[in-house]
Amino acid sequence: MIYLQLLYSYLKIGFFGFGGGYAMLSLIQNEVVVQNQWMTNAEFADIVAISQMTPGPIAINSATYIGYTVAGFWGSVVATVAVCLPALTLMILITRFFILLRDNSYVKGVIAGMRPVVVGMIGAAALLLMFPKSNDGASFIDGWSWALFIAAMVAAYKKANPILLIILSAVAGVAIYYLPNIV
Amino acid sequence: MNKYLRLFISFFKIGVFTFGGGYAMIPIIQKEVIDNRGWVEKREFLDLLTLAQSAPGPISLNTSVFVGYKMYGYRGALTALAGVVLPSFLIILTVAIFFSQIRQNPVIDAAFKGIRPVVVALMLAPAIGFIRSLNGVAAVCAAVAALAIWHFGVSPVLILVVGAVVGLVYAARGKEVER
Repeated sequence: MIYLQLLYSYLKIGFFGFGGGYAMLSLIQNEVVVQNQWMTNAEFADIVAISQMTPGPIAINSATYIGYTVAGFWGSVVATVAVCLPALTLMILITRFFILLRDNSYVKGVIAGMRPVVVGMIGAAALLLMFPKSNDGASFIDGWSWALFIAAMVAAYKKANPILLIILSAVAGVAIYYLPNIV
Repeated sequence: MNKYLRLFISFFKIGVFTFGGGYAMIPIIQKEVIDNRGWVEKREFLDLLTLAQSAPGPISLNTSVFVGYKMYGYRGALTALAGVVLPSFLIILTVAIFFSQIRQNPVIDAAFKGIRPVVVALMLAPAIGFIRSLNGVAAVCAAVAALAIWHFGVSPVLILVVGAVVGLVYAARGKEVER
């Protein structure tokens, strides 16, 4: 039952989505590419790019997109609602016990213990795109890929606008991979 | 105007204008919720951010639930959440419907060949900033976690739980966990 699978996967992603944004990518990748094989690594990278160019958090964007690709309109509804539910429930609890939680040393300990893992998850998501475990849909296909990657690394580190970087890389992609074929 | 409608519109606006997600959203949320509406005090907002970052889920989602719940209880939380999620949902649904049709186009295909390695760079760049904020032991833990997930296919959920337990044990022994 595809809807149940989507529901379960995205509830898990929502519940364990500590660190937000890029850290959640590792969870999403694990569910969608590794476990369920709903899409290839390259398709996953495309969705990350699309998420960057459209408003809203990556978790929501990927849920809507993947839900639609896997099971149509209702798939996108199920995945989006599922990814929101844990945040809704937990934040209501947190709001109610705000003062208690803020100064609790156990809560602080748990958060401090998860912090390095969250950083590691971002690294793992990037590594899986760079060196995928299977051959379908590699993000790095030749020397140009690495040149673009290094240039973008420097630009991103200097706080360049990510949307601008994606547009520029799209232009570069057309110039490198499309134009030589028609000239 | 109906109070729920006003809450919905405010968070819908936040949902429409927050490109890039995460930290890029904070100034926009701040302007709407504190400056324009006066729904939350500034000090309270800073405390809220700490919790919204520690709790699972995107920051904008967590903030919308917090503000909505604080104002009108469960209904408020649902209203604000719907407001912030709906723009992403509608836009991405439209993109998903059309992208599958244009994906085979050779120009689009070439463009995405250029985009994919850049996406990896966009993901890695903030991680380098985070690594520098960790101490030696924590940085090694981060590297081990990355290796375990990427090379050995360990579930990230399992590693998160291990990290949480280690942090809890340290807290129980009364030690201040190092950053």
